[in-house]
Amino acid sequence: MLNNKYNNHFVEFKNITKKFPRVIANNNISFNIKKGSVHALLGENGAGKSTLVKVLYGLLSADIGYINFNNEVLKINSPSQARKKGIGMVFQHFSLFESLTVRDNLILGIDDQISYSNLQNKLQDISSKYNLPLDLDAPITSLSAGEKQRVEIVRILLQDPQLLIMDEPTSVLTPKEVENLFLTLNYLVKEGRTILYITHKLEEVIKICNDVTIMRNGKVIDSCTTKDQTAKSLATKMLGQKLEDLKTDYSHIKNIENFIVNNISCSFNDPFLTDLKNISFQVREGEIYGIAGVAGNGQSELMDILTGENTLIDEGEIIFNKKNIKLFNPQQRRNLSIAFVPENRLGHSAVPELSLTENILLSQFPNNQFSINGILNEKAIDKYANKVIKNFNVVTPGSDALASSLSGGNLQKFVIGREISSIPKLLIISHPTWGIDAGAEHSIREALIKLSKNGTSIIVISQDLDELIEITHRISVIFEGKLSEPLQTDKVDISRLGLLMGGKND
Amino acid sequence: MINFLPSVVSRSQSSKLMSLFVPIIAVILTLMTGSIIFSLMGFNPIFALHTFFISPISSAYGISELLVKATPLALIAIGLAFCFKNNLYNIGAEGQLTMGAIFGGGVGIFFHDTNGFWLLPLMIIAGAIGGALWGLIPALLKTKFNTNEILTSLMLVYVALLILDYLVVGPWKDPQGYSFPKTRSFSDSGRMPLLFSGLRIHFGLFITLFLIFFSWFIFTKTIFGFQLKVSGFSPSAARYAGFNQNRLVYLAFAICGSFAGIAGLAEVSGPIGLLYRDISPNYGFTAIIVAFLGRLHPIGIIFASLVIALTYLGAEDAQLFMQIPAAVGFVFQGLVLFYLLGADFLVNYKLEFRKNK
Repeated sequence: MLNNKYNNHFVEFKNITKKFPRVIANNNISFNIKKGSVHALLGENGAGKSTLVKVLYGLLSADIGYINFNNEVLKINSPSQARKKGIGMVFQHFSLFESLTVRDNLILGIDDQISYSNLQNKLQDISSKYNLPLDLDAPITSLSAGEKQRVEIVRILLQDPQLLIMDEPTSVLTPKEVENLFLTLNYLVKEGRTILYITHKLEEVIKICNDVTIMRNGKVIDSCTTKDQTAKSLATKMLGQKLEDLKTDYSHIKNIENFIVNNISCSFNDPFLTDLKNISFQVREGEIYGIAGVAGNGQSELMDILTGENTLIDEGEIIFNKKNIKLFNPQQRRNLSIAFVPENRLGHSAVPELSLTENILLSQFPNNQFSINGILNEKAIDKYANKVIKNFNVVTPGSDALASSLSGGNLQKFVIGREISSIPKLLIISHPTWGIDAGAEHSIREALIKLSKNGTSIIVISQDLDELIEITHRISVIFEGKLSEPLQTDKVDISRLGLLMGGKND
Repeated sequence: MINFLPSVVSRSQSSKLMSLFVPIIAVILTLMTGSIIFSLMGFNPIFALHTFFISPISSAYGISELLVKATPLALIAIGLAFCFKNNLYNIGAEGQLTMGAIFGGGVGIFFHDTNGFWLLPLMIIAGAIGGALWGLIPALLKTKFNTNEILTSLMLVYVALLILDYLVVGPWKDPQGYSFPKTRSFSDSGRMPLLFSGLRIHFGLFITLFLIFFSWFIFTKTIFGFQLKVSGFSPSAARYAGFNQNRLVYLAFAICGSFAGIAGLAEVSGPIGLLYRDISPNYGFTAIIVAFLGRLHPIGIIFASLVIALTYLGAEDAQLFMQIPAAVGFVFQGLVLFYLLGADFLVNYKLEFRKNK
């Protein structure tokens, strides 16, 4: 069916090259996308996917090469021009006004002027046609990640795009929401629309994509149909190396509960925050304890309390090695050898405007000796920074590079490396591999497992169930500020976890 | 649709080199604008700019006067850098300067008939304490009641000026002063030693240079300097690191206030020698321009203080030789700040005119 030249060459990348000061992001990229297909763009963070897509969407212009779109050379220099040509994009991070309603957001997103009733009709049309139900009067803040994404997709569909670019669309969705999204994509493709699907989840490529282009280090490694590919063969191409399988091992866990959270409740009186209700759990020495749950169920609020950034809890206690630390600030907790990695890298666990060396200083542990009487020990800091860069394979021109110049995965490796190089007794980490590539993901998970074997207790808060099942020993689920009883990971039943995440406790 | 207004677009990468050149570009543009203003007023711009910027510093006396003016500007500006680096907009250095002059000058007046090597150091310490206390008021209001430090520090300027006013016409009035609003003169050992006889440049220059070096050390070599920087860039990273943010607010304001206080004391115990109403030609406000023109960097602030001090001298000469009001100095200071902020903005953003076909 898709055999004439026009259909096979709906989008043609021709020798696209884009250089940045210290890196070639795209090196002579050429491949085609067929009309009416779901085409996966697979690659690690820093492989050049985002740069390529930004060129396609008019956010960047290529140094060399051009793009053929619909049989004509694509000449655009802004996203609004791209939209006029029929190219739409759904970003990984939603660009919605949280306090406005769905309807307001949709109206704001439209480039052309359109009458109100006309819009209403169009919306109903799109909603029913593509399985995208929306409550137009709901404020964005009250929506789940999946619903927000639906708003984004509808906003793009209002402009009737022929090519829809989706950037890691499933990274924030629940399994049920993912299924719904795939259904929507199916309807879109059936109509002859084309989808460029950026991802690093291998199963998704196999499941819903017709073709796949694999990028590594700014180059196209392969562009082929997904029919004769397996998750393993794709991973090999993407990473260029074989991944070891990881196994859960309980043998090293000691039966000493060194971290106990006892009946913590905290109400915020803020519609944007989730109140925590009677949270209790215990972590044993050498154990990795996972906290699963859909985003927005109290994870970040709990994280703030565990790190000591928020010490204003209504009741309950936090006990570490028999000491009640609920009133300790983060530095006081670090002095007891507790390390933290919050979810947000830029501006929270790292300062983008500062160099890597300076970022080392954000968390000081008792055995670091980064300062003597308040005066910096630059040698020690620099040595530590270089040790982290080397041991955790952080790709960077040097320790004097700004944190903002690193890709997400590299910065996360650096931050986690900084924390675990101190060999903490307890590590509390939120979304350790969120938004980073499979290679970095793998090395981070491996590092966490290694750390736990050396006797460190680890608490992992994550939305990524695969991750939790891969690395943790026990998992509990947080839902609307309440934490479930823990389940043994090696005997865990996925459907039971799924039910708990949806708030159904038996 | 009317699209004649350009849209502001963020540059994906702002040039580091350009941002270093911004102060120089701002100064050049200021000179160009200044020459246009002068020619509109009917002066030969070359002559006017020469009168304004060259002739004031073509003698040893001129250089000395330049340094006399630059000294307080640089000292206050480096103090302001402690606040500005932490995103605390302390606009009230003029008030802190006045309080420093009152505290330090008060000591000088109390010991007006006593001489001793200890008097000047005592006055300097008192000046620092006065400025610091005045600076701590907005800090306290900010941390306890979350008030805006821009408003409170600015309002406290006027309070400080009125206190000085009250003192010089009231309790501290010179008994032999024929009711002029001024105090007694300080004793000789209450005066800043002059560096050269016949020139007004005084020991305050060394104090300033020392404190600039001290600040450079704090900024680059200490945990405290690092904490200021981090909490300025990203408050949530500072919280994550466990820095005590209230403590940083107090310290920044106290240091800034004490520097301004020392600058005020150096003025009254240096060129002036007593207290009266107008001890400062807005040094505390002008230092804000110096701090930004110098990029909050110690070396930058030294150069910026010289440039801005020159506008003070130039204005005096322009008044003398060209019969134009000395306020033209403020015009130049305003132009520098305007171009500085404008160029800064354009380093990070660009204007795009939409082409509609």
